[in-house]
Amino acid sequence: MLSGLSPTGTGMGKSSSMAEVRRVSVIQRTLQGLSGALTESVFTEQIAARPGLLQRTDPRAKALCLLGLLIVAALVHTWQILLAMYLLTLILAGVSNISIAFFIKRVWLFIPIFAGIIVLPSLFSVFRTGDPLWMIWDFGHEVTFGPWSLGTSLAITKQGLAGAALLILRVAVSVSLAVLLALTTRWANLLKALRVFFVPRIFILILSLTYRYIFLLLAIASDMFTARRSRMVGPSSPREDRRFVASSMGTLLGKSHTMSDEIYSAMVSRGYTGEPRSTHRFHMRVADWAISASAAMVAIAVITGDRLFC
Amino acid sequence: MKNSSDEKSKVFEIDEVSFSYEDADALSAVTFRVDAGERLALLGSNGSGKSTLLKMLDGLIFPTEGNITAFGEELSENALRDDRYSQAFRRRVGFVFQNSDSQLFSPSVWEEIAFGPLHLGLTAKEVEERTAETIHILGLEHLKDRPPFHLSGGEKKKVALASVLAIDPDVLLFDEPTAGLDPKTETFLARLILQLADAGKTIITATQDLRLVEEVAERVIILGEDHRLAGAGSAVEILADKELLLSANLIHDHPHKHGKIEHFHPHSHLKDHHGHEQ
Repeated sequence: MLSGLSPTGTGMGKSSSMAEVRRVSVIQRTLQGLSGALTESVFTEQIAARPGLLQRTDPRAKALCLLGLLIVAALVHTWQILLAMYLLTLILAGVSNISIAFFIKRVWLFIPIFAGIIVLPSLFSVFRTGDPLWMIWDFGHEVTFGPWSLGTSLAITKQGLAGAALLILRVAVSVSLAVLLALTTRWANLLKALRVFFVPRIFILILSLTYRYIFLLLAIASDMFTARRSRMVGPSSPREDRRFVASSMGTLLGKSHTMSDEIYSAMVSRGYTGEPRSTHRFHMRVADWAISASAAMVAIAVITGDRLFC
Repeated sequence: MKNSSDEKSKVFEIDEVSFSYEDADALSAVTFRVDAGERLALLGSNGSGKSTLLKMLDGLIFPTEGNITAFGEELSENALRDDRYSQAFRRRVGFVFQNSDSQLFSPSVWEEIAFGPLHLGLTAKEVEERTAETIHILGLEHLKDRPPFHLSGGEKKKVALASVLAIDPDVLLFDEPTAGLDPKTETFLARLILQLADAGKTIITATQDLRLVEEVAERVIILGEDHRLAGAGSAVEILADKELLLSANLIHDHPHKHGKIEHFHPHSHLKDHHGHEQ
């Protein structure tokens, strides 16, 4: 009976069911994305709670040291030193109980790849002249493109490769240091540590409220998508999907507005008068001073080594 | 002499209080008083104005008509603008919100519990001690460094409660405290409310859970669906008044089968056939 309703044999059934799969998968993907974000946050908090060198370090000392090393990495001109710094970040990940494979994947997945794409043209002699390392195409004569000269050959140059490697390594070291800080520090402590950079308390309060309630918003959005999916019989049209997404956005905005009123009331009820106050539960121990001193020594050694190499 | 002790024992006096949200009435000419050490329940169906009334008792919103007196002084927006009065009032009155997520805004459980004492002018040492003590009393040591969004519903309610108890207020306002809780946490909460009452705290609980009223309240005030005071009396009297509970939409009649006999009787879905009439 039901099979009689489907337009089989015309080819339309197949394309319609493919469209259906595509449409359902949009909601499925949104759900997966939402739950992935929640899982990721739990996982990151778990890493921050593990026993490890950086986890034990005072967040303020850690933030200052890693930021200092990040600035140093931006000043270094030799790839060998940058490579040594990268190896140091791997060692730090290891002693902080972070899986090296996971750490490498996390760092290299996006930013250095994008940096690589950006830096790719500079490898070639047509964009940056230099000593050819690998000849790709010998034109035999000078090729011009409008007012630009492309030279007599297309080659990967020694200078281009060194420049690209330097940039990619610099990005990798910087991202590694930032990821180390983010993975080994609870967000709450990381935000509080921003006080050492003289970030005003009100900004820290707003940031921590945003971070706290983003998860509630994600959970509400996830519930809304799940509820919609559980009531869906058959495919919905793209127009209906668009309408649902638009109404979800409206509902979420309304809910967050109501909730922000309630949160403010709850804060006022416990004495908040517009002047945020915070406690410092951080204590600089001997080990924290030792780590800070080590970071300073590494920074000095890196800068000196870089000058010697140059 | 009698008058002076009468004034002393009075915590709140609500006099002909009305409140409207734009065009919709939330409360109409409500009058009653709350004495120190009382266990009072505000009973009413959804939308009867219980939460609005609690927010007014906590000085978060203010009557559009009528007056509220707290501890012998008028509770108004102007009065709360005075920092000293506001701080003294906030130290004496604690509010446990229905939705724990609204109340748990800090990045960790420890900071959540420390928020009240910290903002009410306690010294850093006192904040540390008060927070540690509250965490210990409620057995929250294992949660103290966790972010609130990773907690279960029952854990969130306990932390929300701890965040208010850390202030050590004289009066505790509970808005639907058992809503959405598992039976174990519900029992824990009811027991804690009784312990707090034994310690001399004034407890005001807004609820529609008749079982909770029976457990924790000695006096009940009923708000009707017309947002007016529908009745007041001892918990035993009110819970026995089926007509009043029916009119306030707290119990209802529906066909019911017992074996082969089908009949109607007042029934609350929040408890098991309490007040069954054969």
